[in-house]
Amino acid sequence: MLEDYLPILIFLALAIGLAVVIMLATLVVARQNPDSDKLSAYECGFEAFEDTRRKFDVRFYLVAILFIIFDLEVAFLFPWAVALGDIGLAGFWSMMLFLGILTVGFIYEWKKGALEWE
Amino acid sequence: MTVALFVFYLLAGVCIAAAVMVVSARNPVHSVLFLILAFFNAAGMFVLAGAEFLAMVLVVVYVGAVAVLFLFVVMMLDIDLTAMREGFLKFLPVGALIGLVLLVELFLVFGTLSVGTAAPIAAAVPVPEGMSNTEALGGVLYTEYFFAFQLAGIILLVAIIGAITLTLRDRGPVKRQDIGRQVHRERPAAVQLRKVDSGKGIG
Repeated sequence: MLEDYLPILIFLALAIGLAVVIMLATLVVARQNPDSDKLSAYECGFEAFEDTRRKFDVRFYLVAILFIIFDLEVAFLFPWAVALGDIGLAGFWSMMLFLGILTVGFIYEWKKGALEWE
Repeated sequence: MTVALFVFYLLAGVCIAAAVMVVSARNPVHSVLFLILAFFNAAGMFVLAGAEFLAMVLVVVYVGAVAVLFLFVVMMLDIDLTAMREGFLKFLPVGALIGLVLLVELFLVFGTLSVGTAAPIAAAVPVPEGMSNTEALGGVLYTEYFFAFQLAGIILLVAIIGAITLTLRDRGPVKRQDIGRQVHRERPAAVQLRKVDSGKGIG
């Protein structure tokens, strides 16, 4: 089984090697002459007005959490789809019940308006 | 086999180094990036251990969703770094105590696997030969472990309801687009024709 992953290992080694070579090459080949103005943040010729961090709407978080939950639901579907031929009707209805429970949640969030974005 | 061993040590080493950087990096964004690196290394170790499905799910769910959520929250949140550093010494004893308790518990689990936890070990189903990891998992998860599987569904449902209850607020009168109303609006309700006398305007 592990032999199947050899290409990934080779690609990984190549990617790391290439990244190291490129970063070292920029250090060695390029002219380095930094000063404080070159290294400071640049915002259309002004000093930076404020920090990039600020309070943001909690609804972004809600959308992300809902995405994760349905992502997990889909993750449960993969082994089910692969093994469906062996586990028979019991396995089929087991998944249907699982999907039904989550559909209740989906209807709840739809009716609550959690998916609305005015 | 030596290649596998070498890769394991490489992954484990990078994983631990990344985990140390997660808690010690000054910039929280860097912390999250190191967390993603640790997740990838853990996925690699899952592959080495033969748990392919878990490895893929770790990448899809944790790197694809959870870490992105973390990154997004950390990048956008209004965190004062100096204020966060202030309590470090104050909370060090408590944190060290909790860490110690967790460590002792881990040792207890490893040392006395047979005490009280024999049942789940005996109930664990060995992977049949010549069967892929995902297939073997699918073969037992939905029938043999029916109850645990449905429990997972209920927990996800609770998570949905909890997230909505905690974060969804009524934002007062907001204007929403109602396509049905838009389409059904007749001309007289929308347009008014008036005769305007010169120099007077509409009163």
